[in-house]
Amino acid sequence: MNSIIFSAGARILVALLFIFSLFMLLRGHHLPGGGFIGGLLGAVAFIVYSLACGPAEAKSALRASPEGIAAVGLGIALVAGFVAFFFGQPFFTGQWYWVGGDSYETSIFSLNTVLVFDIGVYLVVLGSILSIAYAFEEET
Amino acid sequence: MAEPSDPNAPWVTPAGMITVALTGALFLFFLQYLPVVPRDGAVQWVWDWIPSLQVRLSFWLDGLSLMFALLITGIGTLVMLYAARYLAGHPQYNRFALYLFSFMLSMLGLVLADNLIALFVFWELTTFTSYLLIGFSHTDPKSRRNALQALLLTAAGGLALLAGFILIGITQGTFELSQLNAAGSMAEHPIYLGILVLVLLGAFTKSAQVPFHFWLPNAMAAPTPVSAYLHSATMVKAGVYLLARMHPSLSGSDVWVYTLTIFGAVTAVFASFMALRQTDLKQTLAYTTLMALGTLVMFLAGSSGYAITAAMTFLLVHSLYKAGLFLVIGIIDHETGTRDANVLGGLARAMPVTAVAAGLSGLAMAGIPPFLGFIAKEVAYAGALTMAISWFVVIMGMAAFALMFAVALIVAWKPFFGPQGKLPRTPHEGPWAMVLGPITLTILGLLAGLLPGVTAYYLVEPAVAAVMGAPDVGGRLKLWAGFNLPLLLSVLTFALGFVLYKVHARLRAMLADLEARAIDMDASWDVFLDRFMAVAKAQTRVIQTGVLRHYMFATFAVFALTVLGTLILRPAAAPVLDFTGIGFVEWGIAALIIAGTVLVVLTSSRIAALVGLGVVGIGVALIFIAYSAPDVAITQILVELLVVVLLAVALLKMPHLDRTGTQTHRPFDLGLSVLVGGVTTWVLLRVTNLPFDRRLTDFFEASSWTEAFGRNIVNVILVDFRTLDTFGEIAVVIVAALGAFALLKGGAKQPQDDTPAATKEDRG
Repeated sequence: MNSIIFSAGARILVALLFIFSLFMLLRGHHLPGGGFIGGLLGAVAFIVYSLACGPAEAKSALRASPEGIAAVGLGIALVAGFVAFFFGQPFFTGQWYWVGGDSYETSIFSLNTVLVFDIGVYLVVLGSILSIAYAFEEET
Repeated sequence: MAEPSDPNAPWVTPAGMITVALTGALFLFFLQYLPVVPRDGAVQWVWDWIPSLQVRLSFWLDGLSLMFALLITGIGTLVMLYAARYLAGHPQYNRFALYLFSFMLSMLGLVLADNLIALFVFWELTTFTSYLLIGFSHTDPKSRRNALQALLLTAAGGLALLAGFILIGITQGTFELSQLNAAGSMAEHPIYLGILVLVLLGAFTKSAQVPFHFWLPNAMAAPTPVSAYLHSATMVKAGVYLLARMHPSLSGSDVWVYTLTIFGAVTAVFASFMALRQTDLKQTLAYTTLMALGTLVMFLAGSSGYAITAAMTFLLVHSLYKAGLFLVIGIIDHETGTRDANVLGGLARAMPVTAVAAGLSGLAMAGIPPFLGFIAKEVAYAGALTMAISWFVVIMGMAAFALMFAVALIVAWKPFFGPQGKLPRTPHEGPWAMVLGPITLTILGLLAGLLPGVTAYYLVEPAVAAVMGAPDVGGRLKLWAGFNLPLLLSVLTFALGFVLYKVHARLRAMLADLEARAIDMDASWDVFLDRFMAVAKAQTRVIQTGVLRHYMFATFAVFALTVLGTLILRPAAAPVLDFTGIGFVEWGIAALIIAGTVLVVLTSSRIAALVGLGVVGIGVALIFIAYSAPDVAITQILVELLVVVLLAVALLKMPHLDRTGTQTHRPFDLGLSVLVGGVTTWVLLRVTNLPFDRRLTDFFEASSWTEAFGRNIVNVILVDFRTLDTFGEIAVVIVAALGAFALLKGGAKQPQDDTPAATKEDRG
């Protein structure tokens, strides 16, 4: 596709889509969103970018191989499960650390393995879809 | 046949020294439990892993595990040091060290695991790592073939074992070995026989009992340190370990006694004759290992203190002298370039230290006093006399021990003190890193025999107690037990063994002649594999047509027919159609979906068909929105979008749909679509006709915030309540992506041989 309007617009759109995908990932615990949706949106962002500027440039914008991203995501998800192990709890039990307090209400924010797991999901979905998409585009 | 090794190459490499140090540290770690276990009983470490599935990571260190753990780490340290020198300068030594270390850890996990599922995982890990080790010389086709044979046989047994374990878990309500053994024998259970057969299949393939024995001698394709390790204390002993470990819960029936006695005895005697028949020293040792495994299985058939003590003592003795002898053969091979028993001789002058190690190990193997081997033999005869069909056990045992006496002379005496043949290389003493192993093991074997009380208190008796499931009165290990029947049998054994050694050259020729006429299991294996492959290929040709439409048709047809069958077999009240509460919006969405479907079916443009599918997908997403499931709706819209975009990219390059071509399949497609649609509708109607079960909904609504601190229930379920499921799903996503990636990338490299055919079809 060699549309100047599309490729110029895509640059802005891609950035917005990507930030939106992160936003969806982070808000997922309380509002519609989460790792799956975030990952899909992130993939859409990069696919739009590759349609506008070609797969080669989109790949270099990603800075890592999509398969690698997916694999790292799976690793992160697994690590999130292992954290419970060190607290003597069953595999994948969510662990919460309240920053500046001792419960949800009193703390400023929380560090938890649930979000870490969701980040893993995000990366897996993003990487998997992009690896298929790029393979498709290079094929045709 | 010696593996490439450069005498001048540096052998103190990081990979080698780290593995040696770590294994040594593990040995010391387990050594500190040596005084603890006999005094305070078993030590347990437990982590709950997936409690809802009863999967726990639990380790159990009792007398039996401790003996194995010490053998694994102790011999492991010596073997790894030996291997560092043996394979010095080998380009793939680092890889070798990694394999060997991984194998050691898997084996350690196997003997420590308390949970049957964990034990199975470690069991398969040893299978897998030993595959890598046996096939280490991967440029040699024979080596690859033998590794694969070992893998297929032991993994097949492993699957049977898993089935047996699951049955045990279901019938006994626990996967914990400590609890199972405490509960006593399950021989009264109706499916006991099934469980026993499955577990024995696993144990017999792993420990190479006849008729699954043939992989073990073939596994000698591995470098000698691997053979020394795998075939002395570890891999092949795993089956024996399992039988010993499960003795309290699985023994106690006639089937157990007779199966183990007969299989063990046949293996022991068959292997001893085969050992005598070999000329390659390493092959000879391989068969004596088989003999030892058979003997151990035979004694585990018994339940008396003597029988089990015999098994445990012999296990210890065998591990020590067999590892030592394998390492000695490795040194001989390394220094002279041959392992042929007919050629080797008179090496004692050139290699005095090795000769001493070999000689002492040989004496232990022959069962000469004051070695522990002698005591083991005495106890074995005493044990045999207590067992069912004792005359059979005594005769088979004596045959095996006598043959072993002869083989010990062939392996340990003749190469060093016999007449010397023409050697490929001038022999000289092996380097200290290689000689250290056999010397240490030999001295340990001698000490264990000289101090039978110490050996019994720290190693044998705790192990016997673990196998018997109860503390047992000890005091059986004595160098001098007085004039009794076992002693008489021992003396008889020596006499018989010496005669066998004297006539072994003639016997060898006879055996070779006999072997040529017997069924060759190894060749049968190849025939079996070939037939298996032929069947696989034939059915692939029939089932895998390579036409996408056929696959889709089959998938949907199976789905529709199985669901239809269920619906008919389980009748229920006819569902009532209820259109109340369905407004303008819902009808509009339905119309949109139908319009999209009609477009897909009728259009002759691929892109239009794709857009039609997109419309259907968006329609479904609208339904989700109408019934307030925003998460699902967003996902659905995004997926539809991605599918349309990706397929559009791919389809742009493809020709128009040829509606004028063959249309014979269209009526079938129509019929199938109507069937699938009808069945799905029927199922949905039946489901919605039932009162809605709110139990799960109520639980998640109540606990989502209080237990998981999240207000988005869908997401909380995904990432907290059912994380393991989600983890499985994302793993599937990756596998699917890799599959698609491989198809797209791999297809590009292949010659496009289908293009001319397609062109021809177009013209026709």
